[in-house]
Amino acid sequence: MMPIPPTWCVYLGTGLFTIGVIGVLTRRNVIIILMSIELILNAVNINLVAFSRYFGEVDGQIFAIFVITDAAAEAAVGLGLLIALFRNKETVNADEIDLLKW
Amino acid sequence: MTTVSIPDVMRILPELILAGFAILVMLFEPFVPAGRKRVLGWIALLGVLVAGMAFTWAPPNAGMAFSGSIAADGFSYFFIFLFLTIAALALLGSINYLERDNIHHAEYYALILFSTVGMCFMAASAELIMIFLGLEISSLSTYVLAGFRRHDPRSNESAMKYFLLGSFATAFFLYGIAFVYGLTGTTNLVDLAADLAQPGKWSTLTRAALILMFVGLAFKVSTVPFQIWTPDVYQGAPAPVTAFLSTGPKAAAFAVLVRIFLGLAGPSGPAAFWVIWISAALTMTVGNFAALLQKNVKRMLAYSAIAHAGYVLVGLAAAMASGSTEGASAVLFYLAAYAFMNVGAFLLIAHLAGPGEGRTEISDFTGLGRAAPGAAACLTVFMLSLSGIPSTAGFFAKFYVFRASVHAGLIGLTIIAVLNSVVSVYYYLNLVVTMYMREGEPQAARTPMPLPLYSAIAASLFAIFYLGLYPNHFLLLSTLSSKPLP
Amino acid sequence: MESGYLTILIYIGAVVFLSAAILGMSAWVGVKRPTREKLSPYECGIQPVGDARERFSISFYLVGMLFILFDVEAVFLYPWAVVYKELKWFGFTEMLLYILILLAGYVYIWKKGALDWSR
Repeated sequence: MMPIPPTWCVYLGTGLFTIGVIGVLTRRNVIIILMSIELILNAVNINLVAFSRYFGEVDGQIFAIFVITDAAAEAAVGLGLLIALFRNKETVNADEIDLLKW
Repeated sequence: MTTVSIPDVMRILPELILAGFAILVMLFEPFVPAGRKRVLGWIALLGVLVAGMAFTWAPPNAGMAFSGSIAADGFSYFFIFLFLTIAALALLGSINYLERDNIHHAEYYALILFSTVGMCFMAASAELIMIFLGLEISSLSTYVLAGFRRHDPRSNESAMKYFLLGSFATAFFLYGIAFVYGLTGTTNLVDLAADLAQPGKWSTLTRAALILMFVGLAFKVSTVPFQIWTPDVYQGAPAPVTAFLSTGPKAAAFAVLVRIFLGLAGPSGPAAFWVIWISAALTMTVGNFAALLQKNVKRMLAYSAIAHAGYVLVGLAAAMASGSTEGASAVLFYLAAYAFMNVGAFLLIAHLAGPGEGRTEISDFTGLGRAAPGAAACLTVFMLSLSGIPSTAGFFAKFYVFRASVHAGLIGLTIIAVLNSVVSVYYYLNLVVTMYMREGEPQAARTPMPLPLYSAIAASLFAIFYLGLYPNHFLLLSTLSSKPLP
Repeated sequence: MESGYLTILIYIGAVVFLSAAILGMSAWVGVKRPTREKLSPYECGIQPVGDARERFSISFYLVGMLFILFDVEAVFLYPWAVVYKELKWFGFTEMLLYILILLAGYVYIWKKGALDWSR
């Protein structure tokens, strides 16, 4: 079997990154924005693991594990903050979070 | 097989002590009855003091630790001391605030400590993985702190915006790191600088990766055009938290910027320098002119915080242009001086804003000079220092930055900076004029300052005048600290 | 070399074709006589009660979040488990410290009542 060349992984990562960035910039639902951010983090993970394999060392994979942990912590903090917000404002729409003017 | 040696551990002793105390405070929180949470505040403060003393216990042992991922050098010591000071001041200013507003949960103290640990690791890391972890430890704690007034929609909103934009920025930073790793095969800053110094190693992709990392950090230090979150977050967050996050995480992000960009200034050529130049000019101008229009004190100081980030960037641009230590030491001096005046101002505003932080409009401060002369005088000193009036810390902070940028030949940037500081005098003095010259009954709270807050304000005032009247000692210290190891 | 992937490609094509064919045929040939009873959601023969989009107790989210946190922290055990024989006591103490820190967090959420379902 032919190994998948690292550039393909980078293309995949770049694609995910782009989808994530567009998601953050265009979607208005806070949960979807959060998911888009997680998508970027996964793009990072794909890149890291691909590069790690390319260099034949484990540094990148260890880094990816840290990123996964961080993504989980971030999701937990984000959802916690969202629940606190929802209790007071009854909305998850970023456009309606407008008490402080942008 | 690598193992951990005793000197390695000694080099991160302050961080270890802080983390230990943070975990202790968190563990004790459910066991301490509601009326006694104050004790945990003092324990947290003790943790900060013990961490500070760890430097004096441990023999001076500058050097790299943990196979090159931690750089215990003068640079990191300077910033760790700065973060500990900021944390101590914020803790002192928070205890009575939390009691007053019925949000006295000891998680607050634990989060301040955790955030400080993260900031220390940001300043002390010579490894992109560690910098990222420090950034996240500090950011995640501050996201929660910004939303600490759980039942106040403004605070919720502030936390949500900070969280969304902050984690978006971190994602950019990470993506940049992933590319740097892919292009060079290393995440260690020393190896990285060596690798990129080789001819032919510098490519468009490397540049793109560095720009992604810069964008991530630029969000954290709120430079234009990545400043949109700052006013909302600073206004909505509890004022003592704003005091903390407008100084600590910002200084930490600048520490990372200095470490990364000065290390790579040689190989990166003029491109990185111009990025810094342009964002410095934009940041100062946008921050100051937007601050002119504000009616809310916290929001005005938020825009002023943006402007001050611009002045620090001038110092960074000077350091990158000349390669001498003058620019970097001006950056360090500025960050420390700015920390004292901004922490002091926000802590005082937290007190004056009254229960529930209902009084934060500038008009609420009308006539405060007669009603509460002591508090008004302190606030005046903070405003004068922020605007850079001689004999205050703000003056020498600006002076050293401008001098460094003139010496580095950045005349244009210096002129923009000087003009900007002239503009800034208007809105700082506007608050002073409102307090003293306008007739009227102040809406702001006139209750006497509680003792912990009083000592925090007094310490800030002392530091402002000390740096403003005898700047030489501190300048020497920041010059000695301004050469990062790698 | 690439024939391995070719087989998978043919397989994917066959799967897509077959599913499309079955669904398309039944949609095209099938007779539709919708009644109210047929359109209601199928819940194992039980009469459906209320809308599916009702609000869940906040405890679901809380427990879900805490589960994710501790679940992901466990990922660090895997690389450690691969090399723990080489790391000897050093690795053991490191992991012990790590688990103790996690335990501190666990004690905290427990005492805070976050795991208390009836609350």
